[in-house]
Amino acid sequence: MSGYDDWLRLDKLPHIWCPGCGDGIVLKAILRAVGRMGWTPGQVCMVSGIGCSSRTPGYVDVNTLHTTHGRALTFATGVKMARPDLQVIVVTGDGDATAIGGNHFIHAARRNIDLTVILYNNWIYGMTGGQASPATPAGRRASTAPFGMIEPSFDIAALAAAAGATFVARETVAKPFVLDKLIERALRKKGFSLVEAMTPCPTAFGRRNHQADAVEMVEYLRIHSTSKERAATLPEEERREAITTGVFVDIDRPEFCGEYAKLVERLREPVTA
Amino acid sequence: MMTGNEACADGALAAGLTFFAGYPITPSSEIAEVLAERLPRRGGVFLQMEDEIAAMGAIIGASLAGRKTMTATSGPGFSLKQENIGFACMAEIPCVVVNVQRGGPSTGLPTMPAQGDVMQARWGTHGDHPAIVLAPNSVAETYDLTVRAFNLSEACRTPVILLLDEIIAHVTEKVALPPRIDVVTRAGPDAPPDRFLPYRHTPDGVPPMAAYGVDGYRFHVTGLAHDETGFPTNDPREIDALNRRLAAKIDRRAAEITDVVRESLDDAEVVVFAYGCVSRAARQAVREARAEGIAAGLLRPRTLWPFPEAAVRAAGARAKAVVVPEMNLGQMAHEVEWALRGACPVVPFARVDGLAIRPSQILAEIRAAA
Repeated sequence: MSGYDDWLRLDKLPHIWCPGCGDGIVLKAILRAVGRMGWTPGQVCMVSGIGCSSRTPGYVDVNTLHTTHGRALTFATGVKMARPDLQVIVVTGDGDATAIGGNHFIHAARRNIDLTVILYNNWIYGMTGGQASPATPAGRRASTAPFGMIEPSFDIAALAAAAGATFVARETVAKPFVLDKLIERALRKKGFSLVEAMTPCPTAFGRRNHQADAVEMVEYLRIHSTSKERAATLPEEERREAITTGVFVDIDRPEFCGEYAKLVERLREPVTA
Repeated sequence: MMTGNEACADGALAAGLTFFAGYPITPSSEIAEVLAERLPRRGGVFLQMEDEIAAMGAIIGASLAGRKTMTATSGPGFSLKQENIGFACMAEIPCVVVNVQRGGPSTGLPTMPAQGDVMQARWGTHGDHPAIVLAPNSVAETYDLTVRAFNLSEACRTPVILLLDEIIAHVTEKVALPPRIDVVTRAGPDAPPDRFLPYRHTPDGVPPMAAYGVDGYRFHVTGLAHDETGFPTNDPREIDALNRRLAAKIDRRAAEITDVVRESLDDAEVVVFAYGCVSRAARQAVREARAEGIAAGLLRPRTLWPFPEAAVRAAGARAKAVVVPEMNLGQMAHEVEWALRGACPVVPFARVDGLAIRPSQILAEIRAAA
């Protein structure tokens, strides 16, 4: 199975996402990457939390699990530790993963369990109607930040890196083919991998921030993103404004399923005098 | 010789537990500690998760991947697990949740006994849902009921709650382990992968269950209202059918699940209804009352839910009163009163100071009611 449409539950289409939503672009990038892995659908398990991004598994013809808000990584940890041979992909959003699920996010990264997390960052709670998330940029408006967000936002990729993730990357949906190559690298990585996919939400975010045009929003992401290498050469102020992209972490460190298997193996060794 | 917590861990292993996830909390922690030692030696998985919610999520995920799973906690942790317990009800995931009760509300009394989670065990999560809750009163019975919790969970495809209390969890008693136990494992899929319906409305209400990634089966699981295929639905008929099937699959088995122990009830004029640690004091009080010539009897439920309504009504039909001593402010007394529907008065006796109810206190209530 290599074509992305082979992995879709075509009978579940059309999808529920709003016109102009970027989530379908991320889904397509995931499926192109998965299609190159040589896996069968039965080998793959896709787990999500709650929100727009988290409806993704409903459209993917693998073992799929739509869990409670923020808790996708906890269910995924159970699936992966019960069946380490399954390829477990977690699909989540900025609010799901870094607000209500923030603790699970950092601990799954610390544990370095072999999960691939695709985090759709659209700077907003889309499904619940446009409330501020921990990723809403300062100054931008949301239904619960009508006068502009006064809290600073998380740098989600940096958060994952600091917590111990062994692969961390970020890209926007303006470059979908770069995105799918990063997702493929994340899928191939044995350990906790995060790909932060910057995706537009014209309906809930754009509408409140004078960016309701979907094409304009994708164009905004394209113009404001810059490779981390180029960002390093920018003056401080410009660098802060930029959406940096690329691979931030690609390291090797003991992976949790493997470490647990070693423990079991060690305990099974006969005791010698 | 072992404690209730140790017997719980032992019973779980005997019933086929291969996956435990938990978060430390007194007075349940020894269950996790014993399993941390024993599960990896058997090739099973022990996980100490970052919090109670994570532990509940992990056992649900592992159960979907085909494992028999358990978590153990206490009052505050049980509160945190409630949303995911609801998910397990809705998505029909077998798993066992042990709650070693401590005094509450809030942080309450971490090292002192209480029975304040009786209603939380029934109604802690939102929405209408079935509940099976077992409450042992000895170390040996903790072993037996832990095994039963797994068996009921697998047979009914639902979470089962084992409600201990601090005294039963920590008392050390002699236990003769049964030479053999019956072990139930969930029914496997009854159709090939392309025709398998993970939420089929079977006549007995329990859909056969596949495991993720086993034999080519793959399916969708969600906490949203769903149809027989497992996908979300907004069709009122489908939603209604789902909710009613979930309730009915336990209701129709209620008589078979309900488990009560009767002592001296045949001619009892004063019935004591007691469970868990309090039932031990109650039994002593009933014996002392009999020695004084008072026709007292004990009705001891080992399943709190489904509530043993018929047994309560039968015992209360010819009684002068039903005394309900419990270590909360009358959570079960209300349920007993409802079951009796005025057949006889209910005398609640509450102790919520962190100390055990004494036989003499129950005896005084029996004397007053006789």
